[in-house]
Amino acid sequence: MQWTSLDTWIVVTGVLSAVSCALLGNFMVLRRLSMMGDAISHAVLPGLAIAFLVTGSRDSVTMFIGAAIVGVLTAVFTQSIHYLGKVEESAAMGVVFTTLFALGLILIVRAADAVDLDPGCVLYGAIELVPLDTKSVLGYEIPRAALTTGLVAIINILFVVIFYKELKLTSFDPALATTLGINSQLMHYLLMTAVAVTAVAAFECVGSILVIAMMIVPAASAHLLTDRLHTMILVSVILGSASAVLGHVAAITVPKIWGFEDTNTAGMIAVVSGVIFFITMLAAPRHGVISKVLHQFILSVRIAREDILGLVYRFEEMGVMDNVHEVKRLMKQLTGTGPLLYATAVASLRHDGKIRLVDQGFQLSAPGKKAANSVIRSHRLWESYLHRYLKYPVEHLHFSAERLEHVTDDSMRERLATRTDSPTVDPHGKTIPEEISNGGRK
Amino acid sequence: MARTTSLIDPAPDIIADKGVTDQNDVPILVQDLTVAYHRKPVLWDIDFSIPEGKIIGIIGPNGAGKSTLLKAILDLIPKASGRILIYGKPYRQQRAKVGYVPQRESVDWDFPVNALDVVAMGQYGKIGWFKPVTRKHKTLAMESLERVGMADYANRQISQLSGGQQQRVFLARALVQDAQIYFMDEPFAGVDAATETAIVKLLQQFRSIGKTVVVIHHDLQTVKDYFDYLIMLNMRIVATGNTSEIFTPENLQKTYGGRLTLLDEAVQAIAREGDRRL
Repeated sequence: MQWTSLDTWIVVTGVLSAVSCALLGNFMVLRRLSMMGDAISHAVLPGLAIAFLVTGSRDSVTMFIGAAIVGVLTAVFTQSIHYLGKVEESAAMGVVFTTLFALGLILIVRAADAVDLDPGCVLYGAIELVPLDTKSVLGYEIPRAALTTGLVAIINILFVVIFYKELKLTSFDPALATTLGINSQLMHYLLMTAVAVTAVAAFECVGSILVIAMMIVPAASAHLLTDRLHTMILVSVILGSASAVLGHVAAITVPKIWGFEDTNTAGMIAVVSGVIFFITMLAAPRHGVISKVLHQFILSVRIAREDILGLVYRFEEMGVMDNVHEVKRLMKQLTGTGPLLYATAVASLRHDGKIRLVDQGFQLSAPGKKAANSVIRSHRLWESYLHRYLKYPVEHLHFSAERLEHVTDDSMRERLATRTDSPTVDPHGKTIPEEISNGGRK
Repeated sequence: MARTTSLIDPAPDIIADKGVTDQNDVPILVQDLTVAYHRKPVLWDIDFSIPEGKIIGIIGPNGAGKSTLLKAILDLIPKASGRILIYGKPYRQQRAKVGYVPQRESVDWDFPVNALDVVAMGQYGKIGWFKPVTRKHKTLAMESLERVGMADYANRQISQLSGGQQQRVFLARALVQDAQIYFMDEPFAGVDAATETAIVKLLQQFRSIGKTVVVIHHDLQTVKDYFDYLIMLNMRIVATGNTSEIFTPENLQKTYGGRLTLLDEAVQAIAREGDRRL
């Protein structure tokens, strides 16, 4: 890999764009306005085009003003069409941004001969060309795009820091904000203006299509990783920057592995963001898929363990000793417990010394007996309660109690006993075991 | 004083009735209020005032305009006509006197904030633009959480709280606002019996220190136990007055159905048409 100062400037510009975009993206994601970011980034195009046509230059200030106006208009039009035309909000957005984008494309194609502007660049960006267009600042040659994205990054940092409290409240509870005198509509349009300005700045790097990747994807990943807003913002900025760096590195290294030329950096940045999001979605500690599946499995094992203890208890109650096959069959039949779950539950019960395997039968140990006792007592107290207070017919009691027994702790069991006047037999006539107290105290 | 509005018994002019001089002592005075969505009237010619230091219930069937009435008072939606005075002045000048507890479903509980953050939000209006939340505000928020019995949950992300706990967080936020009048949109919806009792106790505490509490309520069984004063609403005011006087089968019949008066029919016809001349 050949790293030059060109690469450094590409990465710097990419990171600055990513930071600007990710900062605002958090609020777009939390306000469920992700697609509005996309809409605005497309719709600013006619603003840019008109600015070019009117002034004939690529002067940043004119561009920003033109694009910002059209960006805010997108938000205004969407709201008006939604409200006046009674069109669903996402449909209104679809109408507005496609129309404006198409208008922008037509204007650009019309102006293409006169102005140095390429529709392809608008769509995909031209971050590779960024270092070629420089401006002299204090004797240093700095790419123009790095200056604009840097400026926008500073503006956005200030915007989020200064209006942190207001952005937080208007995103979470706009009605309360308004009653407190913090105008939600005003904040909404301030945010939309910032999004429009950022979209224009990021335009040159990643193009209008991929602005959304920088704006929404890091914020969406960060949302899965944390439960505090300031942490989420910080994480999104880090992830966005990491995507920009890794994206460029990947663009100039990965295709070489197969002997191809360098690929498009903007595309790679979006791909890396997507990969980071995908990994986060799988592996995030609390909201991740893996953690949820694991949590579910642990819960299933606990329930299967309690069910097995209950079954063994009932077999011992009936004096049936060779119960191994019956327990397995009943677990499958009654609770739908598959072989893996069953094997795990049995193994963990045996490991904990709750049950022993003697010949063809499970036997409860003393601690196993105590645990099973709680399960059976909960089950039969629930049956008594449901029968007495909710007038469940006797034949319906078992399946409800079967579920309820797994969420019944000591204190709830005590309250159940009190409410049902501590019965000694359940509605089926089976004995309700006494509570086994800790340490054998009476 | 009980007041019943119908065709035969026209509404007495509330100004003449109460006298202009004591307007500043009336927590809420609503005159000739009409609210329309897309030009269809939702609230029609509403007139009422409420007494200070009472727990006031707003009851009425679905679509009666209960939430709309609250939102109109809080200036969250535009009025087609009429005026609303909070202690004699428009809402905009009286924000600090008013606390609002929105419906629990109105916010996204997956939002990355903890219970303490949410309670602290009650002070954002007082803190003012550009200024950060300081330790002092956090301490006040924490005290507020303690008062609703939620101090142990201060650092929990709000989706990890039960429905009842979420409602208590909202009440703690109202508490920290330190307002004179509180508006609550169905605080009892989807909470367990223990929380309901806790909320009622809290409302009674508010009353005991002279605050006025206005609550949108659904459960008719508990109306007599919870509220001193009632606003019975169905697009129009059916009755307002002390619960003991106006919570009668006749008024319930008028509020929740039964025969429509000619005016009701006409208003509903207008609502269907959405006539732009309204």
